[in-house]
Amino acid sequence: MLMKAAPQNSDFAMGQSSFDVAQIRADFPILQAKVHGKPLVYFDNGATSQKPQTVIDALAHYYRAENSNIHRGVHFLSEQATAAYEAARGKVRNFINARTDKEIIFVRGTTEAINLVAQSYGRSFLKTDDEIIVSAMEHHSNIVPWQMLCEQVGAKLRVIPINHDGEIVMEEYRRLLNDKTKFVAITHVSNALGTIVPVKEIVSLAHERGLPVLLDGAQAVPHLKVDVQDLGCDFYAFSGHKMFGPTGVGVLYGRAELLEKMPPYQGGGDMISLVTFEKTHYNVLPYKFEAGTPHISGGIGLGAAIDYLSTLDWPQVSAHEHRLLDYATDSLSRIEGLRIIGTAKQKAGVLSFVFDHVHAHDVGTILDQEGVAVRAGHHCAMPVMQRFGVPATTRASFAFYNTIDEIDVMARAIERVLKVFG
Amino acid sequence: MSELDELYQEVILDHNKSPRNFREMTHANRKAEGYNPLCGDHVTVFVQLEEGVIKDISFQGSGCAISKASASLMTAELKGKNESAAQVLFENVHKMLTGDPSDDQAVDKVGKLQILSGVCKFPARVKCASLAWHTVNAALKGESQPATTE
Repeated sequence: MLMKAAPQNSDFAMGQSSFDVAQIRADFPILQAKVHGKPLVYFDNGATSQKPQTVIDALAHYYRAENSNIHRGVHFLSEQATAAYEAARGKVRNFINARTDKEIIFVRGTTEAINLVAQSYGRSFLKTDDEIIVSAMEHHSNIVPWQMLCEQVGAKLRVIPINHDGEIVMEEYRRLLNDKTKFVAITHVSNALGTIVPVKEIVSLAHERGLPVLLDGAQAVPHLKVDVQDLGCDFYAFSGHKMFGPTGVGVLYGRAELLEKMPPYQGGGDMISLVTFEKTHYNVLPYKFEAGTPHISGGIGLGAAIDYLSTLDWPQVSAHEHRLLDYATDSLSRIEGLRIIGTAKQKAGVLSFVFDHVHAHDVGTILDQEGVAVRAGHHCAMPVMQRFGVPATTRASFAFYNTIDEIDVMARAIERVLKVFG
Repeated sequence: MSELDELYQEVILDHNKSPRNFREMTHANRKAEGYNPLCGDHVTVFVQLEEGVIKDISFQGSGCAISKASASLMTAELKGKNESAAQVLFENVHKMLTGDPSDDQAVDKVGKLQILSGVCKFPARVKCASLAWHTVNAALKGESQPATTE
């Protein structure tokens, strides 16, 4: 787990570790790009991460040599494609330590995974006046699907507040849990603030009452080692593209026991075992939830991303990311008038900040001219912006291929912002 | 002048820092709200329209330097104009901001608003500069739905 420690300048000055970031960067072709004539500094990893050559190759190889539909062909190519796709499912299971491949459902991304649970589990098991708990730092994709469900079944959304550092107020969570609570849906790592949420504790408090918990892991999987059995959660949702895989593919992990009880999310091909006009029998897990031809190359590409991640030394990756966040926090804190939003004790990979007199959009444009890609806006987390009383923030979000030098480039670019705005 | 210097010219920075007509107008008989859902920029434009002439115009809201300066410049430019002149100006400003290739003369037809011509080099910022204009358009048409840049 990445912890935000007190700044230690002597460590920063040395900027050395046995982690060879130059070698890692060579694996990601886009990192050699220039933007407005300057070397690209990619600090928008929270939006989407870059892809290593091996992932790009896996996609190309599939279309060049294996392209075929899966689960239905008797011919050679279809068998190959099916084997590659199902092998990817096995890699995902291993990656998050699920018990069986049946618990790994391929979806389009985190958003679809959450919608699937809200519509399938939620519409089956929640009713009028039941309560769903979320936190005040959720991404819109872990708010709106539950609001839609509330409208459909008459349930109510309850929100755990966050404190000024951007941490969940656990006493308030305990207070919100009551006999009407029927579901808990919480982010693992906040996309806008970087807070690592104590999800294990959240899960165990819910489980004391027999309540299912969904964790939004979109921002966690690129940074933390995730073990769904250790976390104990009932559902875990994440996207391929934020963890160095392709866009358009993601994963819903669900405990088999719950998935078995849930009706299909969409109807169509592949999710059935027998169709007559009188009655349709649904396929077994995980196929019951995978209607239609899936994103085959995406699944295979996600498998390649997991293969790539497994070649890295994770304790070193974590130490490097930890150093990046501490160094960035320290150097940006020195800039006059800059205020960091999100100062939780435990953070991963995100640094959001504001100026009183310069809007995030203007910061983003000027940084872009220096080759620095950041996100400026509400980060699909408008309630977080309202909580901190800001219209928008500038967000730098890091990955293990980023460097200390790049943070220096960003700090200098911010100085230029202040020069323009005086 | 670099593209960035062209975008953030002294006049724009000044209008951002001290926006003109930045106030609520109690005697307004036209009013509209505008949102840019992408970045959360928000503006309310107030108009006092008498016999087709914009007697008074003001705005409030929050946004980036470009959206604020554009709204400020807009109010200064529209005061005293009639509705059809405002409409023509809106169209020309829009052409200038988007760098519409069908009319490269648009920039010469917008008077002081030329100062915003650098925006067309920054496609992501065009909506910032046009938000206030979409909003005043909605106000003049008496639309009840908030204007958006989408």
